[in-house]
Amino acid sequence: MGMPKLLAMRGNEAVAYAAKYARVEVVAAYPITPQTIIVEKIDELISKGEMDAEMIHVESEHSALAATYGAAIGGVRAFTATSSHGLMYMYEVLWWTAGSRIPVVMAVVTRAMGPPWNIHVSHEDILATRDTGWLVSMAENNQEAFDLTLQMFRITEDPRVYLPGIVGLDGFILSHTVEPVELPDQETVDEFLPPRRQPYVMEPGEPKAMGNLVPDEYFEELRMDMQQSMENAVKVIREVGKEYAKYFGRDYSDLVECYKCSDADYIVAGTGSWMGDAKIAADKLREKGYRVGVMRLRWIRPFPWSDVREAAMSKRAVIVMDRSLSTGHAGPLFLELSSALEAKPSMIGVPAGIGGVDISYEDIERFTEKAIQLVEEHGRVYIPAMWYHLGKIFPTYPSSHVKLD
Amino acid sequence: MAVSESEESRKRGVVAVVEPAGHKLPLSMAGPGAMGKTGYWRTQRPVVNTEKCTGCYLCWLYCPDNVIEMVPGKGPRGQDIPVIDYDYCKGCGVCAAVCPVKAIDMVDESKFLAKEKEEGDGNA
Amino acid sequence: MAVNIKKLPKKPYVMPGHAACPGCPESMGFKYLGMALGDKAVVVIPAGCSSVIQGLWPRQGFGLPILNIVFAAAASTASGLARALKRRGVDAQVVVWAGDGGTADIGFQALSAAAERGEDIIYICVDNEAYMNTGIQRSGLTPYGAWTTTTHTGKRQFKKPLPQIVAAHRVPYVATTSVGYPWDFIAKLKKAASIRGFKYIHLHAPCPVGWRFDPSLTAKIAQLAVETGAWILYEYENGKLRLNPPSNRLIDPEKRKPVEEYLKLQGRFRHLKPEDVEMIKKEIETNWEEITRALKIQGDL
Repeated sequence: MGMPKLLAMRGNEAVAYAAKYARVEVVAAYPITPQTIIVEKIDELISKGEMDAEMIHVESEHSALAATYGAAIGGVRAFTATSSHGLMYMYEVLWWTAGSRIPVVMAVVTRAMGPPWNIHVSHEDILATRDTGWLVSMAENNQEAFDLTLQMFRITEDPRVYLPGIVGLDGFILSHTVEPVELPDQETVDEFLPPRRQPYVMEPGEPKAMGNLVPDEYFEELRMDMQQSMENAVKVIREVGKEYAKYFGRDYSDLVECYKCSDADYIVAGTGSWMGDAKIAADKLREKGYRVGVMRLRWIRPFPWSDVREAAMSKRAVIVMDRSLSTGHAGPLFLELSSALEAKPSMIGVPAGIGGVDISYEDIERFTEKAIQLVEEHGRVYIPAMWYHLGKIFPTYPSSHVKLD
Repeated sequence: MAVSESEESRKRGVVAVVEPAGHKLPLSMAGPGAMGKTGYWRTQRPVVNTEKCTGCYLCWLYCPDNVIEMVPGKGPRGQDIPVIDYDYCKGCGVCAAVCPVKAIDMVDESKFLAKEKEEGDGNA
Repeated sequence: MAVNIKKLPKKPYVMPGHAACPGCPESMGFKYLGMALGDKAVVVIPAGCSSVIQGLWPRQGFGLPILNIVFAAAASTASGLARALKRRGVDAQVVVWAGDGGTADIGFQALSAAAERGEDIIYICVDNEAYMNTGIQRSGLTPYGAWTTTTHTGKRQFKKPLPQIVAAHRVPYVATTSVGYPWDFIAKLKKAASIRGFKYIHLHAPCPVGWRFDPSLTAKIAQLAVETGAWILYEYENGKLRLNPPSNRLIDPEKRKPVEEYLKLQGRFRHLKPEDVEMIKKEIETNWEEITRALKIQGDL
């Protein structure tokens, strides 16, 4: 068995390498910043003969996912990647892929939705996939982007799951930033990742039709099966995550990463790369005497319901950082966490960093401290959207029952 | 569990292991009656005059519902003749229109319905 | 390639009891597809009449494997599928079976790109000249003057010359055909299947419901379209144009039946004024002029 090697690379390259190690056969993709490097890198690996795959140079993201899906339903491991408007352009194909129960893996490099044009990080794109039937994960760093991509093939191809999956990584913060990434050797990957499995293949022979009309009752039952498979996926993710540790030394059996949660009174929750900064902020706040922990959602779908409840139900408050807003209500993660926690802790939603606005650990420290003070002053609070922008708190709709400024 | 692979794919190791695993899937299988007994749609019934029929197969070829079977050698002159499956024939009349010798008559379906009612057979 | 009707496969590629309207040209055409390509075919179908014709789960009305797909994505889905089956060494012919809207309008971008990439698929446009499945709305392939539910006084634009547009992609094979001439369609399908790369076949498919004619006349109207010169049967093989029978005998307008014979049988043209008929005649002449010009340049006329 060969040895793993540690290389410095950008998040996008880490994802490209994961596709190579997974022995992806067909890649169809369309350029969009900040995703493009993934596809460029894969094309380079293919050109150099390091990756035995075919690239379909499609004319749009709609076709990118459609061609990827076509290849996957034809019985090979297939991969694509996109961002922002590209993901929205794919949107109906997302539903079609999931509803077909065909495993496909896609990387989403998170980016804001226009207008105006903005290529920087936001979770507006990836969080819009929540209802589609795709598994959705979010990496915190480049190593995790690699590891999640590799695991995603095994998870989506598990017969208990058979749903496609997205690996999210933050635009520029991970996609274009060089970090050390440990690459495994191919033999170990081959042991970890068995040959592709899928529920059926479209090929000559049996004259079956995929997706013709069904009675409405059966349609609903198909959705029920998908929901059951999402529930199964929780178990499969844990198993695969544990197995991954056996092969590669990094454990992913938790759908939620908890940092200093056990003794914490206050939990800062969120997803993506900025949760690393949240951990620093938590340490700083602890120096000030606030017992703060961080709960990072590694998985958005299936929603890690029991993990979240276990980690945060009994806490005094949960402060949810949302790099996205369901305009007219609150941040998507705030809404999901409030629901999972039955809003038993005080809940404070903090939309921030939208459109790539830089959020440092000091910013996180600042709004978290503000949230803690509100709780200490008022007792139990429920504040859907305490917008944090350039060092200031902006009260916004839905209006808060406590005065924020 | 089935492994769908060709000789070539086995060599390359590109296999798709097919395992439905008990999932409900959006798959249907080819078969007659995907929309039920479509013979109920019919208002006109094609009736073949085997005396006139030359066994040219045009009705069989053009029938959009594939309800015509050519039976070899069963015509009065030993010619192949069409037999129509009235369970599914929608009565469009394409067969009658393409017949070069006018060997298919379109007859008002109500006549047959009345007759079948008399005979106590409700099938149209 | 001559086609002996009696020797065509008897295997049902269209199942009795499917959901098509009586006299449907699409189910008619699908039969020929199966007869020509046999069990090697895997068919990708975007939204349209043929999505519905398959009927209701747990059955489907076509005797071939069918992959239904969203409206705009037929050519790209077929591209991925063809690549996968080839990589797995599966002997298959991936076919797109799309309507005129799915081809000339919403699916055009994906079609053009698949043609440019030279994907090894057969793309068939089943042209019934409007969005019939949603209830007869105008498409880019609705001809001049035709009534639809979104052109109540008749369409004022001409039909997009799609076969020529696809041929301009310099793909190895482009052909027009008609459900009125199954032998022509079958021969062209067989030829297309023998060629590697992107193949496009444009199938004229008169729709009794949308064109407002008696369902018994589907094949007859399709034939009249050709006999009057309103629809021309031809093929481009590696860029070389050839007229096919009976259109090859109709270069001389005198040999064609008057277009009125074709128009008068269709309710969608009932409202036409004499000047509309003139416009239609002009359009037909333009189409023929383009064909004859190309044949002259080739030295074939």
